[in-house]
Amino acid sequence: MTARRLYLPADAASVAVGADDVATAIRRAAERDTRDVEIIRTGSRGLYWLEPMVEVATAEGRIAYGPVTVGDAEAVLAAAVADGGDHPLRLGKPEEIPFLKTQTRLTFARCGVVDPRSLADYRAHDGYQGLDRALTMPAGAIVEEVTQSGLRGRGGAGFPTGIKWKTVAETAADQKYIVCNADEGDSGTFADRMIMEGDPFVLIEGMTIAAIAVGATKGYIYIRSEYPHAVDAMSSAVAAAQQAGMLGSSIAGSAHAFDIELRVGAGAYVCGEETSLLDSLEGKRGVVRAKPPLPAHKGLFGRPTVINNVLSLATVPVILHKGAAFYKDFGLGRSRGTMPIQLAGNIRYPGLYETAFGVTLGELVEEIGGGTATGRPVRAVQVGGPLGAYFPRSLFDLPFDYEAFAKADGLIGHGGVVVFDDTVDMARQARFAMEFCAIESCGKCTPCRVGSTRGVEVIDRILRNESRAANTALLEDLCNTMKFGSLCALGGFTPYPVISALTHFPEDFGAAAVTDRRMKETPRVSNTIVRA
Amino acid sequence: MASHAPWSSDAARAIIIAKSAMPGALLPILHALQEEFGYIDRQAEPLIAGILNLSRAEVHGVVTFYHDFRDKAAGRHVLKLCRAESCQARGSEALAARAQARLGIAFGATTADGRMTLEPVYCLGLCPVSPAAMLDGKVVARLDAAGLDAMLAEAG
Repeated sequence: MTARRLYLPADAASVAVGADDVATAIRRAAERDTRDVEIIRTGSRGLYWLEPMVEVATAEGRIAYGPVTVGDAEAVLAAAVADGGDHPLRLGKPEEIPFLKTQTRLTFARCGVVDPRSLADYRAHDGYQGLDRALTMPAGAIVEEVTQSGLRGRGGAGFPTGIKWKTVAETAADQKYIVCNADEGDSGTFADRMIMEGDPFVLIEGMTIAAIAVGATKGYIYIRSEYPHAVDAMSSAVAAAQQAGMLGSSIAGSAHAFDIELRVGAGAYVCGEETSLLDSLEGKRGVVRAKPPLPAHKGLFGRPTVINNVLSLATVPVILHKGAAFYKDFGLGRSRGTMPIQLAGNIRYPGLYETAFGVTLGELVEEIGGGTATGRPVRAVQVGGPLGAYFPRSLFDLPFDYEAFAKADGLIGHGGVVVFDDTVDMARQARFAMEFCAIESCGKCTPCRVGSTRGVEVIDRILRNESRAANTALLEDLCNTMKFGSLCALGGFTPYPVISALTHFPEDFGAAAVTDRRMKETPRVSNTIVRA
Repeated sequence: MASHAPWSSDAARAIIIAKSAMPGALLPILHALQEEFGYIDRQAEPLIAGILNLSRAEVHGVVTFYHDFRDKAAGRHVLKLCRAESCQARGSEALAARAQARLGIAFGATTADGRMTLEPVYCLGLCPVSPAAMLDGKVVARLDAAGLDAMLAEAG
């Protein structure tokens, strides 16, 4: 008789809520009762309120149990080995849980399903189908396929991936690079981490396709140091791919050479900005570069470089496998395909929700996310990380779409959604945005380096009721200076959370106490420059 | 928590030389030095500068730019509490205040007995299970006051 297969995430967030301890408890119980079980440590399905979630393979497919504690381990094991038998924590088939069932999983199709350490398992779940096809295509056709798919940079900037690749492909050089930006620093985002821990080969495949498309032979994955589990999983996957001939001097027996090296960041948020990441990779301070030259022309070590976010690269294999038209069919307007949205903060059902663009903020927060975890009313939702705007409930009809969010003076960024209940103090959140910018500024440009510190001071004066109207005007002016005068998105976008808090939640800044008309108007900053 | 070797310029030189041929070697070198000694000794800077053919100022600039690199050894335990937005939404600031009060130190400091260093971290990517922390590299989430107290007590 073969061993009964159990699946349990080794995802960092699952581990943080006890997955390793549950695995140990199940193993001990199995040994004691001489039950023949094999525990496969997967990534997470992304239904985090149910973590640690244990799954068992049965004749009808997998059956899930969760959230499982160490105390439940023995009974859950007994139920699981009884072909997915009954237990109060039994959830049925994971694919049938509404949160998962209503998703469109293209980028995350395998995450939480496969063994992230097994190349064979990756192949058994459609892995390397995209590369197989790419190897039969001329390089220009691969670039064209990615362009046609409408894929835009998932790191936050939303720049068309195919155009970036085309620029690198058309630039002649003795050496080109593929750099994966895995410096996922935005609070409320964890999709890059999940992919690296749960389906690392998809990232390797995406980078390999990019390399063949633009003629690069060397790739780097720059992972933030706060992600030790992702570093481990990626390292094993790169080693396995090298061993199997999927990285190295002859990719899958072809004439193409490409290899990947991992580099670990050192705790600097600004290194998520592509040019400071390149400087950091070169062994320098992570200081932002002025553009031009574009990284596509002069990137890493002065050579043409494709620098893409984890999710952009991890989406390339499915596009090559199923075709540009298949991917482009999802979404709306200029936002094509799917977005892995991350629901976090004070939310009842936190997790990874991949869906076609167009879902509204209200659907995400109230329906899919189930409102707040505390049961109190939702007051504010920050979308797009620490540089994203805070939205009130009155804007819950906003569709998840790059342009719609830009029009509403916000951004979708890397797809993080952080929910706050009615106990939040929005003036404090605005102050934190400035404070965070001051802590993380690389120091190169004055609006960001000095503006952020002055911003904290001005907000403090407003909160102390010192010349409130004048200081509010000053804060708006400062935000405009930062927005239009900063070199990169750190200084340039910090005004989003500040101005949105001031606009939508003026009462938290003591606005009720003043009669200044300015506070009743909507202070808006134009959107034209930052979108370039 | 892993114990570290005492500073040795010979050992440091060997670590630096072993990685010096890597393109963009400085960060990997600094990580390796900190892993070995627990911090980046100031004496490492001229050594690195000499081997990588950089100015000492350039090396110092890099060491001091990144939050991860320490100029002195941390306490026996390092507690990193996430203070970013998702954790804020789940009460991390109350936990931050509690940790500081119980340890009697501010963020960035080490207790007088050298037992624990308390550091802020701006996102561990554990946002769906906020609030989160990392104790000596081990991740902990859905943290509450009791959980925090248990962690502080456990790290003896």
